[in-house]
Amino acid sequence: MRAVDALMECLKAEGVDVVFGLPGGANLPTYDAFYDAGIRHILVRHEAGGGHAAEGYAKASGKVGVSLGTSGPGATNLVTPICDAMMDSVPVVFITGQVRTELLGTDGFQEADTIGITMPIVKHSFMIQHPLEIPRTVHEAFHVARTGRPGPVVVDIPQDLSRADIPYEPVSDVHLPGYQPTIDGNQKQIRLAAKALANSRRPVIYAGGGVVGANAGPELTELGLADKFPVTCTVMGLGGFPAPHEQWLGMLGMHGTRAANYAIDEADLIVGIGARFDDRITGKLSEFAPRAKFIHIDIDPAEISKNVPAHIPIVGDAKNIIPRLTAEYRALAPDPARLEEWWSRIRTWQERHPLHYEDSTDGEIKPQYMIQALYQATEGDAIVTSDVGQHQMWTAQYYHFNQPRRWINSGGLGTMGFGLPAAMGAKVGCPDKTVVCVSGDGSVQMNMQELATCAQEDIAIKVFIMNNGYLGMVRQWQELFWDKRYSQVETGQWPDFVKVAEAYGATGMRFEDKNTLVSDMKEALATEGPVLVDVRVTREENTYPMIPAGKAARDMVG
Amino acid sequence: MGEPATKEVLSLDELEAVAGLRTGRKHILSILVENKPGVLTRIAGLFARRGFNIDTLAVGPTDDPTVSRVTLTLDGALHPIDQVTKQLHKLVNVLKIRDLEPEETLARELALFKVSTDGAGRAEVMQICEIFRAKIVDVTKRSVICEVTGTCDKVDAFERLVRPFGLIEMARTGEIAISRGRSET
Ligand SMILES: Cc1cc2nc3c(=O)[nH]c(=O)nc-3n(C[C@H](O)[C@H](O)[C@H](O)COP(=O)(O)OP(=O)(O)OC[C@H]3O[C@@H](n4cnc5c(N)ncnc54)[C@H](O)[C@@H]3O)c2cc1C
Ligand SMILES: Cc1ncc(C[n+]2csc(CCOP(=O)(O)OP(=O)(O)O)c2C)c(N)n1
Repeated sequence: MRAVDALMECLKAEGVDVVFGLPGGANLPTYDAFYDAGIRHILVRHEAGGGHAAEGYAKASGKVGVSLGTSGPGATNLVTPICDAMMDSVPVVFITGQVRTELLGTDGFQEADTIGITMPIVKHSFMIQHPLEIPRTVHEAFHVARTGRPGPVVVDIPQDLSRADIPYEPVSDVHLPGYQPTIDGNQKQIRLAAKALANSRRPVIYAGGGVVGANAGPELTELGLADKFPVTCTVMGLGGFPAPHEQWLGMLGMHGTRAANYAIDEADLIVGIGARFDDRITGKLSEFAPRAKFIHIDIDPAEISKNVPAHIPIVGDAKNIIPRLTAEYRALAPDPARLEEWWSRIRTWQERHPLHYEDSTDGEIKPQYMIQALYQATEGDAIVTSDVGQHQMWTAQYYHFNQPRRWINSGGLGTMGFGLPAAMGAKVGCPDKTVVCVSGDGSVQMNMQELATCAQEDIAIKVFIMNNGYLGMVRQWQELFWDKRYSQVETGQWPDFVKVAEAYGATGMRFEDKNTLVSDMKEALATEGPVLVDVRVTREENTYPMIPAGKAARDMVG
Repeated sequence: MGEPATKEVLSLDELEAVAGLRTGRKHILSILVENKPGVLTRIAGLFARRGFNIDTLAVGPTDDPTVSRVTLTLDGALHPIDQVTKQLHKLVNVLKIRDLEPEETLARELALFKVSTDGAGRAEVMQICEIFRAKIVDVTKRSVICEVTGTCDKVDAFERLVRPFGLIEMARTGEIAISRGRSET
């Protein structure tokens, strides 16, 4: 059969039921195979939209996403989603077309060195050199993307090789001698960690995206409840522990709660699980958690002691390690009363510094209120994606995520334009769920073309634009740290989002009144098909609290 | 520190952090990689991206045609070596990494020196070669080429001695290394 037909068989064998892509010359053979392969192909309007959709699909469903583009510009359009997937450890296989082998290296038409361009931003990549390699390579790509620390894998297929006739036999194994992720945590280390926990008086569990990726939410919750451990999550870990909860401190980091950041600051023991001590968490590294010892559980050994030296490193899968840690801890039967003093301190912070904002007295919609209204309108039961900026942080703060895989955003790369296509992918992966995208008037325009895809494929996402007429997050920094010299941050009244929605074949709405916002949102959610809502909010509101860049938790403002 | 109701004692104060160690000495990493296109680029790219400086780099085949050996040296005063090796391990084509122990390692490099012998230095250069067991592999009226093998330090020493005669150019391979004794590197 043709190598591209073998490719289809491999995708099916990997359980792929949907891919996102856009054809061109170099992957014409692949698209010919899609014609009757029986795999759903969603035609996106920009490859970046397809790449982010594959990420949203992967994050919502837990399966590997697949995204395709042609050679040259198709592949370079995928660079941002590839990098995004790398930073946030999202399992996606990117299949790119390449020029014919005889043209390689000649600056052929639509030739780009895709493997070279993407090398620093992939977990791994494969350049097909012989058609017979295709089946095994596809399976290896899925294997690498899915296992260990998940991430993006690129498979680049020259056009002539994809047309070759090959004998196809299903491949059942992969051969990657240099790739053996550690899954099982070391028992001695786990025991040591349990003892340290039993002896700590001011512990904090700090969980990240790795817990969500590992599907270890329930295990994390059980560990937290094995004693009265205070739990906080990174932006990427939200939903790993059910919020709200009496042991939940809220998110930590730059825009985290004071309670979470102060607890980290005064802790004697921090248990980092599937979290990578990003600078948005640590702030000024030398002043980060100065009194604490660190237990660090991570599947990637290179994360251990990368930023913060670990006292008890445990390498392996959180899903494997957390229950064993819980069991070891329970066996020690420590006295829960030792944590009482700690809790009374935490409660003081929580009471003195709850998340707060000054609500409007007229009908003006405060951005924070918009998220609270969304929480009410969806009854807290939606998959929520976001773009990047103030609206992202407010959503993280005010929408209480009580389950993993409900909150999908771009944390590491912070990619504006992520939210709308990610919602599209999430909805395709979880068609029975309500899928909402909270975006900004700046971000949404970076991949708005995918509304056409949603209309054509009837992908009923509900996009709520928090419209402040600014690139709000940048405006905030200019206000606070650059003497309010607003330089190139005003987006004003353009475009008319309601008309844009209609032009794309979606429903457009505009909400401006706080008093009817919840019921208006319910109406939008109940409207069939894709909906784009322009929500007009206070223009110059700031996201607080905040640790200014390079400062420590104690320096929080707002 | 006997905490209430815990069966065994563990003081948090006793816990030592395992930070990325800066050893302060030269390290020789012997890396076995799959012999596939682009592998060297991946290694070089990783070093560039993470800001690790390679002092020397040598690549060659091994007894197994599907496997190549990359030997590289770097300065443990500048880089946390464990972070370097852990990042290298993440490359799917990297099969094995050894951070070679200096005392248990045979390291050699090959160097060619083109030395000017315009003056009366020829005899002296030849004498230095003899001491270093270097070979003269090319002679013209006005120059000689010396071939030296040895540890990096030995080659450095040779360079220092011949430089005053007029070093026209030199080429060095960077060290390759293998562990002493019967077992595999
Ligand atoms: C405008 C903006 C503001 C931000 N502000 C904040 C903020 O206030 N607070 C905040 O927290 N973040 C914030 N971020 C996000 C921040 O940049 C980082 O993306 C985030 O903190 C990283 O989250 P993480 O540590 O959970 O790591 P992730 O990037 O989610 O990494 C996951 C970790 O888990 C490990 N892992 C993966 N799978 C497993 C497994 N099976 N078992 C064990 N380990 C596993 C991985 O090796 C990795 O170390 C902000 C981003 C933006 C764009
Ligand atoms: C592609 C891209 N370009 C630039 C930035 C820098 N940036 C971060 S937040 C932000 C403003 C986003 O504005 P908007 O989407 O309107 O959201 P708001 O902050 O107003 O909620 C910008 C420009 C980015 N994160 N991504």
